[in-house]
Amino acid sequence: MRKLLGIILLAVIAAGIALSLEEIPFGISKTIIGDYFNKNGVEETGATNMVTSVVVSYRGFDTLGEITVLFTAAIGLGALLTGHKKREHSDKVEPSSLIVYTGCRFLFPVLMLVGTYIFIHGHLTPGGGFQGGAIVASGFLLMYLGCKGKRIKFKASTVIEVLGGLIFVGLGIAGLTMGEDFLFNFLPKGEAGELFSAGIIPIIYIGIGLKVGSELAGIIDNLIEEST
Amino acid sequence: MEIILSIIILLMIASAIAAAVFKDLMNAVIASCIVSLLAAILFFCLQAPDVAMAEAAIGAALVTGIFVIAVKRTKRFEE
Repeated sequence: MRKLLGIILLAVIAAGIALSLEEIPFGISKTIIGDYFNKNGVEETGATNMVTSVVVSYRGFDTLGEITVLFTAAIGLGALLTGHKKREHSDKVEPSSLIVYTGCRFLFPVLMLVGTYIFIHGHLTPGGGFQGGAIVASGFLLMYLGCKGKRIKFKASTVIEVLGGLIFVGLGIAGLTMGEDFLFNFLPKGEAGELFSAGIIPIIYIGIGLKVGSELAGIIDNLIEEST
Repeated sequence: MEIILSIIILLMIASAIAAAVFKDLMNAVIASCIVSLLAAILFFCLQAPDVAMAEAAIGAALVTGIFVIAVKRTKRFEE
């Protein structure tokens, strides 16, 4: 009886979603703002990746909010988990097999390189600080799962995280003093498509990448510390 | 193109059902990882590479890792 009720409820929800989505045309731009970004975005910001110029430049203040949300979540998790007594590990931990160990050690630098590449080239190619940071953190996750007993240095991770936040806020305030508003792009824009172009956008994205990477790695560190 | 997208969506639905049905939770975690990975491919096919990267890195890698840690810490088999 309950199963039947569940299936009927699911069918009703599915029909509702299908009927409401049928009205909306897919893949057609109906707003003016999208066309505006596509036409004038490269000229105004100097970044060839439109998503990056929207995320960091046009709505940079919102991105600062997003970073703060992630930061608060990481702090909350850390506060929740460090209250527990840390158990003694490293004695009982059994080492992983040679193949897993070697594979992880081989993949770790490659993942670091890919993540760093993605957030440095955020203004040219798809991707950016969040994606690159997540890839860097997944490299740390691989290291934690495959090579047991290895830990990130807590002090270094904290310093990198603070540095990333300071770059973002510092550049925002510098824009406030030099230009007219927060996150004003005061550096020369250069030629679109070059690595050194788009003013403060790549610098901010590198800051975001460092911050997101170290925060997510810190979250993983907290969880693993608790679980071993 | 339509056919490829339909195959991806059908595979996604199949692995989502598998994730709900499996009694071995480690298998369920891997099935949900496959859902995220296929979603990333779907985003890429729909010309949203930024979202695809975020989905692949966070949905398929980090969330799976956190679930693996959680399963290791609790019980592996559902009763």
